[in-house]
Amino acid sequence: MSAADTVRFLLDGQLVNALDVPPTMTVLEYLRDVAHRTGTKEGCAEGDCGACTVALGELSEDGTRVEFRAINSCIRPLPSIDGRELVTVESLSAPGAPLHPVQQAMVDEHASQCGFCTPGFVMSLFALYLRTAAPTREQVLEALAGNLCRCTGYRPIIDAACRMGDYPPPPNWSRESQHSAQRCQWLRELRRERALQFPGWYSPRSIDELAAALHAQPQALVLAGATDVGLWITKQLRELPAIIYVGEVAELKQIRRGADALRIAAAVSLTDAWDAITCDWPQLRELAQRFGSPPVRNAGTLCGNLANGSPIGDSMPVLIALGATLELRSVRGTRQLPLEQFYLGYQRRDLQPGEFVSAVTIPAPQQDVQLASYKISKRFEQDISAVCAAFAVRVRSGHVTAARIAFGGMAAVPSRAPATEQRLLGAPWSEQSIEAAVSALAQDFRPLSDMRASEHYRLQAAANLLRRFFLESGGSTIALRTADAAAAMS
Amino acid sequence: MVAQNIEIEPSSRASPRHDSAHLHVSGRALYADDIALPANALHAAFGMSSIAHGRIRKMDFAPLRQMSAVAAIAVASDVPGDNNYGSVLHDDPIFADGQVQYAGQPLFAVAATSYNAARKAARAAIIDYEPLPAILDVRAALAAQSYVLPTERLLRGQPHEMLGTAPRRLSGTVRIGGQDHFYLEGQIAIATPQEDGAMLVHSSTQHPSEVQQIVARALGRRSHDVTVQCRRMGGGFGGKETQPALIAAAAAVMAAKTQRAVKLRLDRDTDMLMTGKRHDFIADYEVGFDDQGRILALSVMLASRCGYSADLSGPVNDRAMMHLDNAYYLEHIEIISHRCKTHTVSNTAFRGFGGPQGMLVIEQILDDIARTLHLDPLSVRRCNFYGIGQRNVTPYGQTVDDNLVHTLVDRVAASAQYALRRGSLAAWNTANPIIKRGIALTPVKFGISFTSTIFNQAGALVHVYSDGTVLLNHGGAEMGQGLFIKVAQVVASELGVPLSAVRSSATDTSKIPNTSATAASSGSDLNGKAAQAAAQTIRQRLVQFACDTYGVQAEELHFHDGRVDVGSRQLTFAELVTQAYRARVSLSSTGFYRTPKIQWDKSAMRGRPFFYFAYGAAVSEVAIDTLSGETQLLRVDILHDVGRSLNSAIDLGQIEGGFLQGTGWLTSEELWWNASGELQTHAPSTYKIPTARDWPACATVRLLEDAPNREETIYRSKAVGEPPLMLAISVLHAIRDAVASCAGQPTRVHLDAPATPEAVLRAVAAVRGIAR
Repeated sequence: MSAADTVRFLLDGQLVNALDVPPTMTVLEYLRDVAHRTGTKEGCAEGDCGACTVALGELSEDGTRVEFRAINSCIRPLPSIDGRELVTVESLSAPGAPLHPVQQAMVDEHASQCGFCTPGFVMSLFALYLRTAAPTREQVLEALAGNLCRCTGYRPIIDAACRMGDYPPPPNWSRESQHSAQRCQWLRELRRERALQFPGWYSPRSIDELAAALHAQPQALVLAGATDVGLWITKQLRELPAIIYVGEVAELKQIRRGADALRIAAAVSLTDAWDAITCDWPQLRELAQRFGSPPVRNAGTLCGNLANGSPIGDSMPVLIALGATLELRSVRGTRQLPLEQFYLGYQRRDLQPGEFVSAVTIPAPQQDVQLASYKISKRFEQDISAVCAAFAVRVRSGHVTAARIAFGGMAAVPSRAPATEQRLLGAPWSEQSIEAAVSALAQDFRPLSDMRASEHYRLQAAANLLRRFFLESGGSTIALRTADAAAAMS
Repeated sequence: MVAQNIEIEPSSRASPRHDSAHLHVSGRALYADDIALPANALHAAFGMSSIAHGRIRKMDFAPLRQMSAVAAIAVASDVPGDNNYGSVLHDDPIFADGQVQYAGQPLFAVAATSYNAARKAARAAIIDYEPLPAILDVRAALAAQSYVLPTERLLRGQPHEMLGTAPRRLSGTVRIGGQDHFYLEGQIAIATPQEDGAMLVHSSTQHPSEVQQIVARALGRRSHDVTVQCRRMGGGFGGKETQPALIAAAAAVMAAKTQRAVKLRLDRDTDMLMTGKRHDFIADYEVGFDDQGRILALSVMLASRCGYSADLSGPVNDRAMMHLDNAYYLEHIEIISHRCKTHTVSNTAFRGFGGPQGMLVIEQILDDIARTLHLDPLSVRRCNFYGIGQRNVTPYGQTVDDNLVHTLVDRVAASAQYALRRGSLAAWNTANPIIKRGIALTPVKFGISFTSTIFNQAGALVHVYSDGTVLLNHGGAEMGQGLFIKVAQVVASELGVPLSAVRSSATDTSKIPNTSATAASSGSDLNGKAAQAAAQTIRQRLVQFACDTYGVQAEELHFHDGRVDVGSRQLTFAELVTQAYRARVSLSSTGFYRTPKIQWDKSAMRGRPFFYFAYGAAVSEVAIDTLSGETQLLRVDILHDVGRSLNSAIDLGQIEGGFLQGTGWLTSEELWWNASGELQTHAPSTYKIPTARDWPACATVRLLEDAPNREETIYRSKAVGEPPLMLAISVLHAIRDAVASCAGQPTRVHLDAPATPEAVLRAVAAVRGIAR
């Protein structure tokens, strides 16, 4: 066995060489079953409860900084953390030693009851602490969106998070020490000359290597953040084909902002992708915030979400409305495809053997195009939409001259609403036109009834979201969101 | 002889932290899944029924037997003793025996060399069923008169005559959804064979003694052959009262069969499919009342979905009947309670134990009355409250002699500025057609004690070691509620030692026998008193010893801060203990407690089932979005009665946590079955408990001050586990209030629980339709 066959990462300042790792072994399984570090818990094995949260440190390209982000270890294949630093709840303080400020604040605020979710909360807050020791309440809530607690009602956890900056910086794991020269040095030493490869796993270093590998093994699974594939492993117990991991391809980690488009490549995390998108379209911040949870967005990729093609993915409606284009790559070259044409039917996509999604390109914002995207779910945070709607409408001289309306949750694939769009085109931008358009929705969609919502509700909600879009575009003075009522109280 | 100089003012002390807090935050608190296993241990998984009702024609295990990792398979006939884990009736097979009665029912278990190998193997069996017609919901069960237990009736006065003469009458239906416990730690047990047929079981359980009995029964052994231990659970909420016996028994059967340790941990989906939940209820009511909204007569038909077996459905439904009054005097009342048998999972205990469902019924009735009369629901509630000294007997005959409802409601209405805010909400709602706001104040009165009198007992065992340290054992189980720290505080106070001198051991059936479940909010009431008795016994021995040795009177002894003042002489507690040891004084004692005063005639439904009542009141304000039906909790004000608090931080945690758990039950948590009776919401991706953002930005939660329990409970404290959950009824009623504001004129609201966006939008459409 050559050195390349072992997965190597940093844990508590030690180099770990994980031998004989099955490609589908999760980080959590490694921690609990192999390393016997049982502080990290399994609550759901699907990345939805956060009990398994750990922090993962990645060296910046120039090798001088390390960025730590919270991820769900339960659905993260161990080989995908090769070359990174893993931080678990045990890492923060040695037995008997003073607790880390995050931990001490949790103790002092009585923020644990049964304690099973607590290590995950600690790690989500730890990742936040390394970014900012004195977060706002809003930053705290965002950071904790992926952590469920069934005991406390969260109030003491929120209080602990808001006060963790009051404690003196710890000797280990202070905001300063996260980028220490020693740490950067260690992680630089972990950089590989050539791809990590062992039976069932391949981490190509370039897009050409990736294309060639997929050409040679067209049945291989192209893996990015594993936030969906992780569930195939842990819940469906699927036998997976050989895995080709995109996370080590430098070219695929790029975000390029041109004069007329934003290009987001396949290995860009949802966190970074949404940051870039909301830079251009600040009105999408709520959608970005409600997309998955921080650990899911830190691991998952935008292109992965698009390539996966779930009928209920929340990125597709807005990107379809924006006229985004997919870049599909293979050894034969690159082809461009409007996003909405990619989805052929339930779990069927226009993807040739040997081809993979290498990037998505989003046209730059256009003046006089109004854009909004809304999701509706039972819970505000980290829920799957019953309906997700996106509207991009150009109004000139009071009339609609262009309309792109797309929905998720309304059909087997994310799709546009042609009849509804048609009713609006050329019509005056008025309540009357909206009502006419709304009545066409039933022509466009025949949604399912399932555990998230009934057909009737989905149609009604879709119509109401179009009404909301109109009301919000009109500079209305009445409250249109429950948050307006919350703001009125404070 | 007893020293009377103990100075105990627990409420005035700082609140000690949860005893495991430093372990929780560092990942060093050990749960069952964290226990290191012997090298040859096996992992087990259940095979589950895929249909709701049918007969098993054949189970083909050939594919499993080809798997090299598989060590053993167990079916019903492999159970050496009794293939049943029913706690009350004998109707819960461990492994299905010929017939299946719900989708998710355990059919067999397989043990393999790894967790995933066992799960894979469990899915590989080929089961051939003969499907039978299934009854899947309450209405279908009522139509078929399908019941797990006989219908019960509670009657007082002449409700039907009074309904006939009441100036006003209303009828209606209340629909209340169920709830999954969603403890973060799923069900788990590890069974390790011991010598001579004995079995050691680590179980995540609220009821170690019952696990012990059922494991013994399943193995064909006796209780002394089985030891059950539990240091802590990762949450229980009632879901680990009867359910863990299934897991432990299956693990023990496989361990006995293979003579190897067997761990059985349910993955989240299996846990949610296989184990019981809060009962969903339907209530049809007819009420007669006067122009002020005072109820003159009430007739209610309660029906709950019990699932395929009885489990705890009898006492759960009894408690629903006994809490239908909540804080209100119902002079002429009839409650019929049907315990419906359905081909769905057998529902079980869940924080509140039927009480919340009973209370929701009366709260909706009062809301319906208020909106019919165009009155503020709070005024209708007030005029129905139990009186002080009159109108104070519950329908089951217990006198409410500790009524705090008026005090709590008056104070929280004032501090929350209920009246003022109602005015400003009306102005908002006039100006805003899309976003509507609503407010509601609801009270809680909750009976404390197991309604089954026998369970109201507890034991403890306190050891003082010769170095002055204390090991505390009691029958209560720690599930995060802070029981261990509260009982440790009691023992530390009694012995006058610092809390650090007291260590709590894991709950262990070999230490304390015949324990009751840690349930019914009773943990610290019962175990605190039992541990106090044990500590007092040891203390008395030390007092006697000191008096004899130093020639002082008992009054001259003071135990405090780890020291003992013996007249003018000062000893450390450890010094006195060492001397006592050398003088051959026993430094270990059991303690026992039985709740006084209670008695209950189950057949007549009359008596004093509850030692006392715990009270609370909450004001919630919400905003609803009438385009999407989404809701947001804007503000809550809570005032809650815990008597004289043993630990105010722990109590506050129970109140806040219970409130949000109840809010989840009534808003975002929806159990959804498909037409075949398969639960489709069996993971956090589809079943949505509240997140941090659901805690309102504006929240004031207070304990009622200067209100020691009138009854002689442990340091005059009150139970706190369950009652606060029902404070969340105020959230549902605030949503109802917001929905009502969508109508052009006052009107009744038809809103089912949970108030999901879809349910709210439906309710909004209904009131607008009526208004038009």
